[in-house]
Amino acid sequence: MTSRIADVFVRLRADHRTGLVTYVTGGDPDAARSAEILRGLDRAGADVLEVGVPFSDPLADGPVIQRASERALAAGGNLSGTLDLIAQVRADVQAAVVVFTYANPIFKMGTDAFAARAAAAGVDGVLVLDLPIEEAGSFRQTVVDAGIDPIFLLSPTTTDARIRAAAKLGRGFLYGISRLGVTGARAEVASGARALVERIRAVTALPVAVGFGLSRPEHVRQVGEWADAAVVGSALVDVIAREADSPDLVTTVERYVAGLKRGAQGGASVT
Amino acid sequence: MTTIDTELPPAGARVGRRDPDVRGYFGTYGGRFVPETLVAPVEELQTAYFVARSDRAFQDELTSLLDRYVGRPTPVSEAVRWSEQLGGARLLLKREDLAHTGAHKINNALGQALLAVRMGKRRVVAETGAGQHGVATATACALLDLTCEVYMGAEDMERQALNVVRMRLLGARVTPVDAGTRTLKDAINEAMRDWVTNIQDTYYLLGSVLGPHPYPLMVREFQSVIGAEARQQVLALVGRLPAAVIACVGGGSNALGIFDGFVDDRDVRLIGVEAGGDAIVAGRHAARFTTGTVGVLQGTRTVILQDAHGNIEPTHSVAAGLDYAAVGPEHAWLRDMGRAAYTCVSDDQALEAFLQVARLEGILPALESSHALAHAGQVAAELDRDEVVLVNLSGRGDKDVEIVRARGFGAPPVAAAGPPREDVT
Ligand SMILES: Cc1ncc(COP(=O)(O)O)c(C=O)c1O
Repeated sequence: MTSRIADVFVRLRADHRTGLVTYVTGGDPDAARSAEILRGLDRAGADVLEVGVPFSDPLADGPVIQRASERALAAGGNLSGTLDLIAQVRADVQAAVVVFTYANPIFKMGTDAFAARAAAAGVDGVLVLDLPIEEAGSFRQTVVDAGIDPIFLLSPTTTDARIRAAAKLGRGFLYGISRLGVTGARAEVASGARALVERIRAVTALPVAVGFGLSRPEHVRQVGEWADAAVVGSALVDVIAREADSPDLVTTVERYVAGLKRGAQGGASVT
Repeated sequence: MTTIDTELPPAGARVGRRDPDVRGYFGTYGGRFVPETLVAPVEELQTAYFVARSDRAFQDELTSLLDRYVGRPTPVSEAVRWSEQLGGARLLLKREDLAHTGAHKINNALGQALLAVRMGKRRVVAETGAGQHGVATATACALLDLTCEVYMGAEDMERQALNVVRMRLLGARVTPVDAGTRTLKDAINEAMRDWVTNIQDTYYLLGSVLGPHPYPLMVREFQSVIGAEARQQVLALVGRLPAAVIACVGGGSNALGIFDGFVDDRDVRLIGVEAGGDAIVAGRHAARFTTGTVGVLQGTRTVILQDAHGNIEPTHSVAAGLDYAAVGPEHAWLRDMGRAAYTCVSDDQALEAFLQVARLEGILPALESSHALAHAGQVAAELDRDEVVLVNLSGRGDKDVEIVRARGFGAPPVAAAGPPREDVT
């Protein structure tokens, strides 16, 4: 059985398009508007929706996503609520859905319970920020058995040996971190990103999405020259933060993502 | 399963007793739950640490600094008047308050700062709660010519203001952390964010037996000098081993440091004392072993305070250094094995011990250490006069006098007690 994520990347390669992966924190600014935002992202053409789980201690995130977590927590968000949110919008969205989380909420829920609930909600993949491959063994098996793709992050500091291990263990796609540091938008695509993607390409045919720091259509186009997809997170979350009190929240988000999408279409695609 | 062959210590490295397994686990606790970018620097650190650990030159350099700069060995004092008042066992105090900078934290800070130099890292970041680890790190960095940045929760900066000034005078930059609960946990998050961004030139000098492997092992080893000295000193002083060894537990470094000397003495009870705060109610204490459950926080799997959704619960303690939601993984393991026991004392009990030890022994203990003292008083009172109880007096209390004063102590005597002495002349 191929996964929805695998299908997305097969289609992207066939169409010579750069994929657009969007990150928002689930439940930001509250559950109802978060559901509308997810539908809007899909309408605007996002290929994969990453949905972040609000967490009290997001140590890999910069200030923008930290604040999003705080807003979502204040509105009553958590892992359970994020899965409910995904279940609620699943039937309305075409895009693949990936849960993006820290390890502790999953461990607290229990790995088996998480895998069962996520599968039932229609989650396609899961990415755990602080669960490197060495710690991921039984978790990985549990989610694979539930039909969910485990997605691993690779960094410019990752050795070739670990890239090979992650490529064997990962499903769906691999997530290349473009630069050292926490999440947060930057003016330019980091220079080491391409070298990382080339090291990944040398050992695996799995698609590669590149993220951390991307915010503009031209970033998406540039990344599309050597990767399968670009991830935009903090810049999008920042739009949500600025428009949180506006009645135009969802349309503004859609317009922003449609702009990114045009960048993606301008990209020469690899294969 | 794919196996990853990056974890083994280099050939020839001493694998000490009670070392965690090659993945950094003490039983089921510990490990390495870090973002991908930190895996490589953590492995680099592990390699460098295992080499240094079995390198004579490194150990000699550290020992000589501990002797000539820190003032080790720190003495063991008998608390004669306090023991008499309690009417039970003899209380002995391991005087880490007399180490340079005023707490045990310097033992670890110097060890890791020497390691940073060996690794060619010229910039050091650290977190601090009570400020003692920050002061110790700033001190080591001044001594060894390293750039130092210390993250400290905004609430802790207010309540431990003396140590903020000390750090700045020592040349460190102190950066307030306004996120979350504005205490130690949030300072660790921020220090890790800095580290992950600046790994090329930056060393993360973690202050307790927490975080990803190898920190819990390494910090324990640097603190084990406390227990090694104390065991000899107690034997020389009273000719027998103590019935109990008692220490406060924030992350748990001073406790593991002193426990390490006595772990193999099966008849010696090891007791860790956590912060009971003002009530055993979520958010009002930091007694992980009283209400905590297993989880992952800041790189390690251990006993933590969390809510039903796996979010970390806020904590409270009058002692900033104990005000933290996770306990070092080795403590969880020692507890499961029954080798150490854990209890908690309240803010008020700690304060009372602080006042007693000040008046009866002429020592102002840190409020963290006062937790250990409070419980030691209870244990000693129930033992015979020929028994001995050893307490780790982990630090001095100068940093805490404002907190104690704000609670109504240390004011000049009131009129009924006669005119103040100045007026008599
Ligand atoms: C004097 C003193 N004792 C104890 C602690 C708690 O740390 P640990 O449990 O690692 O010894 C601190 C921490 O700041 C401290 O300053």
